[in-house]
Amino acid sequence: MADPTTQTPLELFGTEALIDAEDRAIRDSVRAMLATQVRPHLAEWFDSGQVPARELSLELGRLGLLGMHLEGYGCAGTSATAYGLACLELEAADSGIRSLVSVQGSLAMFAIHRWGSEEHKRQWLPRMATGEAIGCFGLTEPDFGSNPAGMRTYAARVGSRDGADWVLSGTKMWITNGSIADVAVVWAATDDGIRGFLVPTDTPGFSAPAIKGKLSLRASVTSELVLDEVRLPASAMLPLARGLSGPLSCLNEARFGIIFGALGAARDCLEVTLDYVAHRQIFDKPLSAYQLTQAKLADMTLELGKGMLLALHLGRLKDAGTLRPEQVSLGKLNNVRESLAIARECRTLLGANGITVDYPVLRHANNLESVLTYEGTSEVHQLVIGQALTGQPAFR
Amino acid sequence: MNIVVCVKYVPDTQAERTFNASDNTTDRVNVDGLLSELDEYAVEEALKIVEAGEGVVTVVTVGPAQASDALKKALQMGADKAVHVIDDAIHGSDALATSLVLAKAIEKVGMPDLVLTGMSSTDGIMGVVPTMLAERLGLPAVTFASDLTVGADSVTARRDGDAASQTIEAALPALVSVTDQINEPRYPSFKGIMAAKKKPVETWGLADLGLSADEVGLDAAWTKVTAFEARPPRQQGTIVKDEGDGGGKLASFLAERKFI
Repeated sequence: MADPTTQTPLELFGTEALIDAEDRAIRDSVRAMLATQVRPHLAEWFDSGQVPARELSLELGRLGLLGMHLEGYGCAGTSATAYGLACLELEAADSGIRSLVSVQGSLAMFAIHRWGSEEHKRQWLPRMATGEAIGCFGLTEPDFGSNPAGMRTYAARVGSRDGADWVLSGTKMWITNGSIADVAVVWAATDDGIRGFLVPTDTPGFSAPAIKGKLSLRASVTSELVLDEVRLPASAMLPLARGLSGPLSCLNEARFGIIFGALGAARDCLEVTLDYVAHRQIFDKPLSAYQLTQAKLADMTLELGKGMLLALHLGRLKDAGTLRPEQVSLGKLNNVRESLAIARECRTLLGANGITVDYPVLRHANNLESVLTYEGTSEVHQLVIGQALTGQPAFR
Repeated sequence: MNIVVCVKYVPDTQAERTFNASDNTTDRVNVDGLLSELDEYAVEEALKIVEAGEGVVTVVTVGPAQASDALKKALQMGADKAVHVIDDAIHGSDALATSLVLAKAIEKVGMPDLVLTGMSSTDGIMGVVPTMLAERLGLPAVTFASDLTVGADSVTARRDGDAASQTIEAALPALVSVTDQINEPRYPSFKGIMAAKKKPVETWGLADLGLSADEVGLDAAWTKVTAFEARPPRQQGTIVKDEGDGGGKLASFLAERKFI
């Protein structure tokens, strides 16, 4: 039985006082919804590799999670910090659920909201906010991850007159929500540089086979997008995005959510572990009473708390409108790397129990292996920070 | 249909609840508090009734400054407006005085078609304020409703007892207290949370209600807590060691306590 005077890792850091009442209310609603609608099913979803994403999207939309920090068009218009805290709760459940929300809100909806025409916004955003319509975001290709500028997906103009159709061909890879999406935001090279297109997924020539055999993000739909001469009207192009800055602005949004999200996975691991070590008896006393256990717990708590302070700081900067992309890299690099380390360390304290879906720690650790490399690998973020410090771009 | 829901700000049942040492009243200031869970059912029921037709849901509370949190939660869930009766003189009021203040506040809001309350608070756990309030307002009282149907000029409620379920009808306007079986309270949606910021909250003192300090508070209370002591820590359970006779030991343990 744990001493009632014990504190949780984040209580120890006192971070609750840094969160304003409205953001806390939003966070509490997310937590309450997940407790009844998601958490009871996670082990099964992860184990089977099947998640009822469409039903889940409606539930997420009902609460207001989808595109929550966007203004208008049926979106709630919350603070960026509230969005981060929601991501933290979602990922405390499972990175796959947070990924669904990130891709819908920060990648697909943000792309339409930021770069789309008024008609695009009216057509798609309200239904995406409720979860009736699902979006995906196609930038990465089988051979182009960290170097998206090399993409082979090509959009050809049919004829030269204004208003001429486009024909898209190519393949996108590792696309969350791809197989269940109603609309795909696809980035393609054109004779005029990289442009974004809204591709309704029922357009002839579009297919999105699911990627099987994943050992990570199993409670998430991941797909390949195949574009086989997909013909689109001129109005399908996002008018305001020109060049790589379009998709990169979207990635920056999603990375911001990950800064908080990864900590959720770490917090969940640590909470489960604290409970486990309090009850697990070894040589007639609890595992929590051993110095080596406490050293691990203390070190993990430090990293979780430091990561939370960083996340909240970056959240405030984003709400003030001054957050720079290299600062997002600081947060994503640190918090994902440390959260993965925490998940693995927690696994050591759970012993063999830690490897099953009965406990969330290896599920979180496996998920974080994906989070470590998607939305900019750790190495890319190191290079972004390196360039900010030295002025020397060392990407290639 | 205009509905007033009476709500209470109570110490979180998960927190370390305590009393003020000076006057033995519940400590509502130094313990984390929230909208009484049992009142969430009343708020939810009011919202469902209004959403199925039309009307205004007003939430009313009596309590210290922190009690505005309870109102805010109800507004986030979807209530339209709120009234907070706050006055230092109210501190220590018993159920009679609480019902008096609530009655005056509801009269000032304007007599609604329906007054809804929870079945009891989670701190005082008396469950008497609803009937007292109905008496003061001259309304029929339907208590412990586990199902509620609202018609044009009457309500029909199901009241589940140990032996039977009663179906009770009352003319409107009426007061109904609801149980935790009546619905599943919603958690506030983000739009609800954002919208709550702009909803009106009135703050009234005793003078605004035409009440004087000597009608309420600890000195006017018919009942007082004269002493309190913390519950002793739970004793460690008995561990039965199985030496081939574990089943017998368990059976005699249960038999001694007349469980079997």
